[in-house]
Amino acid sequence: MATNTTVVGARVAKPKASAGPWREAAGRLFKNKLAVLGLILVSLLLFFGIFGPFLAPWPYQVQDLQAVFANGGRPLPPLSPNHILGTDQLGRDLLSRLLDGARISVTVAFVVQLVIIFIGVPLGALAGWYAGLVDSGLMRLTDIFYAFPDLLFIILLSVVFRETPFGQALDGLFLVFVAIGLVGWVTVARLTRGQILSLKETEFVEAARAIGVSDRNIVLRHLLPNGMGPIIVAITLGIPTAILAEATLAYIGIGVQPPRASWGSLIAEGQKSLRADPHLVTFPAICIALALIGFTFLGDGLRDALDPKLKGKQ
Amino acid sequence: MVSSEEELSAGDAPTIVELSSDDVLRARADAVTKAGVGRKADHLLEVRGLSTHFFTPDGVVQAVDDVNFDVGYGETLGLVGESGCGKSVTALSIARLVADPPGKIVAGSILFDGIDVLKLSAEDMRKLRGKEIGFIFQDPLTSLNPTLTIGYQIGESIREHLGLPQKAAKDRIIELLAKVGIPRPADRLNDYPHQFSGGMRQRVMIAIALSCDPKLILADEPTTALDVTIQAQILELIQVLSSEFGTAVLLITHDLGIAAGMCDRVNVMYAGRIVETGTVDTLFENPRMPYAWGLLDSLPRIDDVRGDRLRTIEGLPPLLINPPHACRFGPRCAYIRDKCRESEPELTQREAGHMARCWATEPEGWIE
Repeated sequence: MATNTTVVGARVAKPKASAGPWREAAGRLFKNKLAVLGLILVSLLLFFGIFGPFLAPWPYQVQDLQAVFANGGRPLPPLSPNHILGTDQLGRDLLSRLLDGARISVTVAFVVQLVIIFIGVPLGALAGWYAGLVDSGLMRLTDIFYAFPDLLFIILLSVVFRETPFGQALDGLFLVFVAIGLVGWVTVARLTRGQILSLKETEFVEAARAIGVSDRNIVLRHLLPNGMGPIIVAITLGIPTAILAEATLAYIGIGVQPPRASWGSLIAEGQKSLRADPHLVTFPAICIALALIGFTFLGDGLRDALDPKLKGKQ
Repeated sequence: MVSSEEELSAGDAPTIVELSSDDVLRARADAVTKAGVGRKADHLLEVRGLSTHFFTPDGVVQAVDDVNFDVGYGETLGLVGESGCGKSVTALSIARLVADPPGKIVAGSILFDGIDVLKLSAEDMRKLRGKEIGFIFQDPLTSLNPTLTIGYQIGESIREHLGLPQKAAKDRIIELLAKVGIPRPADRLNDYPHQFSGGMRQRVMIAIALSCDPKLILADEPTTALDVTIQAQILELIQVLSSEFGTAVLLITHDLGIAAGMCDRVNVMYAGRIVETGTVDTLFENPRMPYAWGLLDSLPRIDDVRGDRLRTIEGLPPLLINPPHACRFGPRCAYIRDKCRESEPELTQREAGHMARCWATEPEGWIE
């Protein structure tokens, strides 16, 4: 009798939602402690990037000159009243400026990757799918871009266009997006091409051809989703590179225009009084480090989670 | 017929007993009549002088060389032969799926329902594939996309070719899944291929092949990757459904037992050529080509003495780069004479509907 009920129960039980490959990957990701730490850091960065200006005690450009005068013309140290992380030389609240920096970093992180995806994935897919002349042409183009020294190219572009409306757009950020994106798409294009090349010989692609699926749908529905894992990883791991590149540019005074506060430009300003007021360098440096660590851990975790060959090995 | 059945059933007893049942045969006869309605040509498929060559760095491989055959409306034609003899390339050529480069259909014509397939534009060909010509592949494990649900994959050709609205397409998919014997089809729609067993996946492949009610199914060794009990089920499914839908089947197999049980007629291929063709009855009862004898002889038999070695055909098929103008089976043939080395025999009529390519079994040949 008991067995009977179990059997009936088992048959009536609603079938579990399908465990698709993406859901399985998510499960593996959440088992990885470092990846979860990365995910938390990235979520915090996102949160502060999006809501920072609403949380900030001061607008990032407002100068609390009275407080600075009261302090003898020197930046306020951390834990001062009204300024929990202190101020800079001009009396601007450091916490508020860091939050604005977070917004810039987040924007750079995601917009640059969008630029990279929109250039890299289609070009890579075209090259991989059509092979032959299209492939050679596109791959030589990527070789050319690959051969550029990245930073030099970005600096050159920034300097040339700095005074044009194009360079002034979005406080100079637009130029940063384009410059970093232009040197970054190459890796993604190559990766996509490689994925498409290996996947297009698989039997399920032949099967899809045999039922008359169009080339476009084969690439979009069959090839790209199967090759997406490594591309997602490359893009996640490309984010810290982009954040660092933006910070570097800001540090040498290119890119975001003052009074906007990039973490890079905060460090550049702060290091003028490094001995007396180390907090002006320390806090932005910690922010950069945490952001980079977050994306790197998340990227590593994604790589493990999305690589079917590592399944069950951790 | 009786003797040939005995001979063949040894390897695959359940298959043959199941499939030769009168019901299935009657259903198939009905199907042939039904499929004839609205026909546009004498045969559904007429392959004439088909030659598919592969241009490799080592030379031109003549994988399929001057192949001729017909498939009637609703008929099941077998294509048998050992590995590398051009069976699959023939099927791929019909669907124009031969990878180019290195492959190329260099000569011949393929008339499908009165349409010259080789003259179609790539776009028209794409519309024919999946709609009029279904394909069942050898390995259901790799022929399904692991990242898409089976519901999506079955719906793919329905959406592509029939343009049904969402709801109607879904109903059709569920109906197809039920037809191929998948339990709880409505629930399994959103499952992924890895959640199905090999046999179930092959059923899904059959559902995909049948999804647009094609006139012809090209089944390329549909059961090679499955174990014997599942093989029997899958073959029966193909047979029952093709009868029901009036679909012609070109069944590629290296298993003569399967060919005998499933097919109306059989073509034996060797080294890119058809070497013998006939109805199942004539060909298995009275094969007229030493290669066919070898194939039949190599089947294990129920009355074999225990411990006896299985019989094989000695040697390997020839390289198909610049094959000599001689009988291609000659080097492996026990009955070879000078004539076989000097010229290649033609396919000649032996009895009604039975042709063979062999000097030795010609009326003036040296084998009775």
